[in-house]
Amino acid sequence: MPLDRSKSTAARRRRAAGPGPVPARPASLADAAVALGGKEVLRGVDLEVRAGEVLSLVGPNGAGKSTLLAALSGDLPTAAGEALLWDRPVGEWSALEAARRRAVLPQAHRVSFPFTVRDVVGMGRAPWAGTGRSGEDEDRIAGALALTESDGFADRPFTSLSGGEQARVMLARVVAQDAGLVLFDEPTAALDLRHQEMVGRLCRGLAAEGRAVVIVLHDLDLAAAYSDRCALLAEGRIEACGPPAEVLAAERLGRVYRQPVTVEADAATGLPRVTPVRTVRDSGPRSGLLDISHG
Amino acid sequence: MTPAEPPPATAPPAPKAPSTTATTSRGPDTRPAAARPRPRRAVTTLLALVLTGLLALGVLVSASNGAFAIPPGDIIDSIAHRLGLGGAPVEGTGESVLWNIRFPRVVLGLLVGACLACAGTLMQGTFGNPLAEPGIIGVSSGAAVGAVAAIAFGLTFAGNWTIALCAFIAGLATVSVVYLLSRSGGKTEVVTLVLTGVAVNGLAGALIGLFIFYADNAEITTITFWQLGSLSQATWPKIFAVAPLAALGLLAAPRYARRLDLLALGERPARHLGVDVERLRLHLIVIVALLTGAAVAVSGVIGFIGLVVPHLLRMAAGPGHRALLPLSTMGGAAVIVWADLAARTAAAPAEIPLGILTALVGSPFFFWLLRRTRRRQGGWA
Repeated sequence: MPLDRSKSTAARRRRAAGPGPVPARPASLADAAVALGGKEVLRGVDLEVRAGEVLSLVGPNGAGKSTLLAALSGDLPTAAGEALLWDRPVGEWSALEAARRRAVLPQAHRVSFPFTVRDVVGMGRAPWAGTGRSGEDEDRIAGALALTESDGFADRPFTSLSGGEQARVMLARVVAQDAGLVLFDEPTAALDLRHQEMVGRLCRGLAAEGRAVVIVLHDLDLAAAYSDRCALLAEGRIEACGPPAEVLAAERLGRVYRQPVTVEADAATGLPRVTPVRTVRDSGPRSGLLDISHG
Repeated sequence: MTPAEPPPATAPPAPKAPSTTATTSRGPDTRPAAARPRPRRAVTTLLALVLTGLLALGVLVSASNGAFAIPPGDIIDSIAHRLGLGGAPVEGTGESVLWNIRFPRVVLGLLVGACLACAGTLMQGTFGNPLAEPGIIGVSSGAAVGAVAAIAFGLTFAGNWTIALCAFIAGLATVSVVYLLSRSGGKTEVVTLVLTGVAVNGLAGALIGLFIFYADNAEITTITFWQLGSLSQATWPKIFAVAPLAALGLLAAPRYARRLDLLALGERPARHLGVDVERLRLHLIVIVALLTGAAVAVSGVIGFIGLVVPHLLRMAAGPGHRALLPLSTMGGAAVIVWADLAARTAAAPAEIPLGILTALVGSPFFFWLLRRTRRRQGGWA
């Protein structure tokens, strides 16, 4: 018993002192299953998230990418298996302890009241209020605004921004949170070409600082260009996980997406580039619904 | 992309280097942002000063005016006298009018206004919805059911505090029910909220009607008058009866300001930022019930204060709750003091019930707010 107690005291002290350095494996899923509304949307998932690495999650609609992210973040409990954050099951952390370790960018953005962009980004600093790190608030906020190219509208109300601008502000909020594990759910969905690439570079930057980045993407070329590892999900399972060049194989993608693709190496970078095989225009199946020939 | 090198990992993010170096493709970080002054802080200070002025002036003017006019100078003298700072009591019956009729009424008004506006601000933050207000969503009428039951059945189990306690308990039950019924998927649709309010108000009205049916004539008069919303029954014992509930709620509210800000992002994002959302929600519901119960127990249903006051202040000082909560509390107190002055002097010697006056002004405001919210959301689904 005395041994136990001293151990738990040490653990408590360690936690109270903050999250400490990012461990080599900040999060992992082991044989994890997640059920939503009685349906098992994720099953038998083994996944290791590594510090200093960008891990992209790709797969068709409904494959379970967001659910996997929710299991990692602790939003959804695992019905079976285990989800670890740092060295403990993610559900055992208090909300505050978890917030000092992982940041989450959800798919949808909503702010109920007309907070300014700077206020919204500043909310990302909330987990550090009252700790030594709150001294960095101003720098972190300014840095995150610059990094996401949101500083031009920092003093405007969030609610007055376009969808793409709002997405960047939310990205800035997550960056400002300064967490060791960063989870992005489709951060590029509302963004133009330039800002999609910006997100890619931002992820590389976060990983270079020693953080672990997990990012849900639909654009396979982006995934190929910016991730160290890529996990392809299909029907609630991980179909393949590894370097993008290995995972993004034409035959596998064609089967998982039910859409034939070709994969070539990009002439400039040598990275895989995925192109859907497109049938010639006007030769697709006709629905008959738009047929006006009957008069 | 090099596949997973052994993670360099364990280095904590360098504290003073907000990762700009690694990725940004833009020029040097000139950071125009941090240097820019914050006009909002100045606006907040200015508003606080203006509201304090309005409040002090309102107290003085309200105490001075009435069937028996007392010059403001005499009032100040009398207060100084009671505080032992020299001065002198008001001559004749004036002293008694001032301390037994006017001041209880003014103090009660301050208390009720502060409670209602603070409760409105908390509710809007909790529901993430600018249309939430104790009156509209039925919490006031719910609390009224408790108070009416206490009056109609002559309950005295907690002595002087019985009505306030009954109002609090009924208010707590109502706000919990409204919360459970109007939320789905972590957010509250405006339509659902307002319609839930209609249903709750309907049920509360029926229950109050039922109690009136069982009450005798004297009780009916008390209930009816009280139901219209009025401060005319103000006495010191009544103030002392609700002051503990009100003080508890008003003192606790500012502690939740920062977390209410985060709640504006939605429940999940708030949780991701370290807010224990379940506990926060529970606490806020209890505080709203405390504040609404306290106000309703002594003044009946006075609507729209909790809607109009926070809304106007939000437009002026921004939505941050750290400024909004205290400003709303002061604003609500100031508005009630002036509104009550109008209610009892506009048609003197008769008196318009305060609840009717606030509804006359507040309803058009609600219409406007409703239409604007609808336009912003592109219509109700």
